[in-house]
Amino acid sequence: MNQALATGVVPGNPVIDLERVNVTFGGEKNKTVALAETSLRINNGEFVALVGPSGCGKSTILKLVAGTLSPSEGHIFVTGREIGANEVRIGMAFQNPTLLPWLNIRDNVMMPLKIVPPFKRDFAKKKKSEYRDRAQALLAKVGLSGFGDKFPWQLSGGMQQRASLCRALIHDPTLLLLDEPFGALDQFTREELWEIMQNLWIEKKPTVLLVTHDLKEAAYLASRICVMQARPGRIIEDSVVPFARPRTIDVSFEPEFVSLTQGLRERIVAARAVKEQQP
Amino acid sequence: MKQDTKRRVLSACCILGFFVAWEAICLAFGVSDMVLPRPSQAVSTLITQFPAIWPHAFQTIYTTLVGLGLGILIGVLLGMLIGSSRLAYDVAYPMLVGFSSIPKVAIVPILVLWFGAGTVPAILTAMVMCVFPIVVNVATGLASTEPELQDVMRTLKATKLEILWNIGLPRTMPYFFASLKVAATLAFVGTVIAETVASNRGIGNLMMIASSSFDVPLVFAGLFILAGLGVALYIIFSAMEARVTGWAVRSDDFAAHG
Repeated sequence: MNQALATGVVPGNPVIDLERVNVTFGGEKNKTVALAETSLRINNGEFVALVGPSGCGKSTILKLVAGTLSPSEGHIFVTGREIGANEVRIGMAFQNPTLLPWLNIRDNVMMPLKIVPPFKRDFAKKKKSEYRDRAQALLAKVGLSGFGDKFPWQLSGGMQQRASLCRALIHDPTLLLLDEPFGALDQFTREELWEIMQNLWIEKKPTVLLVTHDLKEAAYLASRICVMQARPGRIIEDSVVPFARPRTIDVSFEPEFVSLTQGLRERIVAARAVKEQQP
Repeated sequence: MKQDTKRRVLSACCILGFFVAWEAICLAFGVSDMVLPRPSQAVSTLITQFPAIWPHAFQTIYTTLVGLGLGILIGVLLGMLIGSSRLAYDVAYPMLVGFSSIPKVAIVPILVLWFGAGTVPAILTAMVMCVFPIVVNVATGLASTEPELQDVMRTLKATKLEILWNIGLPRTMPYFFASLKVAATLAFVGTVIAETVASNRGIGNLMMIASSSFDVPLVFAGLFILAGLGVALYIIFSAMEARVTGWAVRSDDFAAHG
């Protein structure tokens, strides 16, 4: 099977293509525009971060791409086909680990293999052998070897979040959606997971869309950063992050890195200030 | 472990103390066994008349288990139907509450009218008694499933059936078992009511006949059997619950063998 068939990706075409998408909530009277006239193209293998204040529609974009929310207007294409019509493999990690409490860590990680084709066809046959080893290997990569038999409540928040990352990656997704997965963790755990995340990305090169509040996180992980603005939500800046990989936490103290995050910060603050002056 | 042993000993002492006090009070005040037999009299009746009691006990167990089985089947199916959509939940709930408000004793004569006296109305009464708590709990469990857990499955493009099977049902198990423990005792109540009103077999019938011939120790022997059966069923379901839903109470036993 060649690469294009395996992943559904046609070379040269964007993996994600949002065309003038509008999302509104509520009725005529109290209409909220969550996303206004937003267009965004993401190419295969890119790591894109969406940053901006809360309520700017970052998570809305993620839900649109994940297919759990439909746009009010506009079109969304994933791997060249309209959303819903395609069979692209999506992996997603959320702000909460959302592990299933009745399954142990290994079975939680293996869950996508039970649902997603083509893995689901052989699930009954391979769950005790190949799939099990696959989960075990992935858990080892994030430092959780030996925890496969534990239940989610027996693990710390950081460990649960690692397991949740494994679940998002077990089925080799073409598209990885990360909805502030490191947001609820302490500084040190977060930096540790950035490194793990970067290594996993370098190894498998999925297309990643990361939503975050944390500008340092965006600059550390992403190859492209889209800055967003609230009310109405839209993308106001799209910039490339030039630092070489693999990046280390030391990079974040270098002048270029600091000036990049400073610039992003000023852009967001300025956009907020303009908003507040308006009635 | 030590705490556990202490609790068990105390619990056993409590039960034993109850019977000792009962025995002592009856002896001290010279209560006639026509009014309140001593527990020892009831137990000795139970042992001496066991060959005569056994077929009745078997009939009651059989009726209750079949009724409970049907109740679980119908209850789970209805609960899944009602719990899987907000609309169905809101539409069906008032009717369910209405049905459950009907005293179940009142429907026994109707069932007898339809099916004649005997086993069938007893099974149906047991079923009707235990269906409601199961429906409500299964529906509540499904309806209260965290949307985040469903989102995990929806991003994987899981079908509705896969979500129900992998998220909804396991999530509902603690609710289901909670209702099962109530339903099991209610099923006994249903069976005995029906047997008392319209049957020629079963513990309920035995107690009716015994009381009409003023054989009060035999009536109490019947009560003891019912209590024993109820406790046995409860213990069985509790053990199953601990195995299946240990995750909900985060028990270490569950983690050890689960």
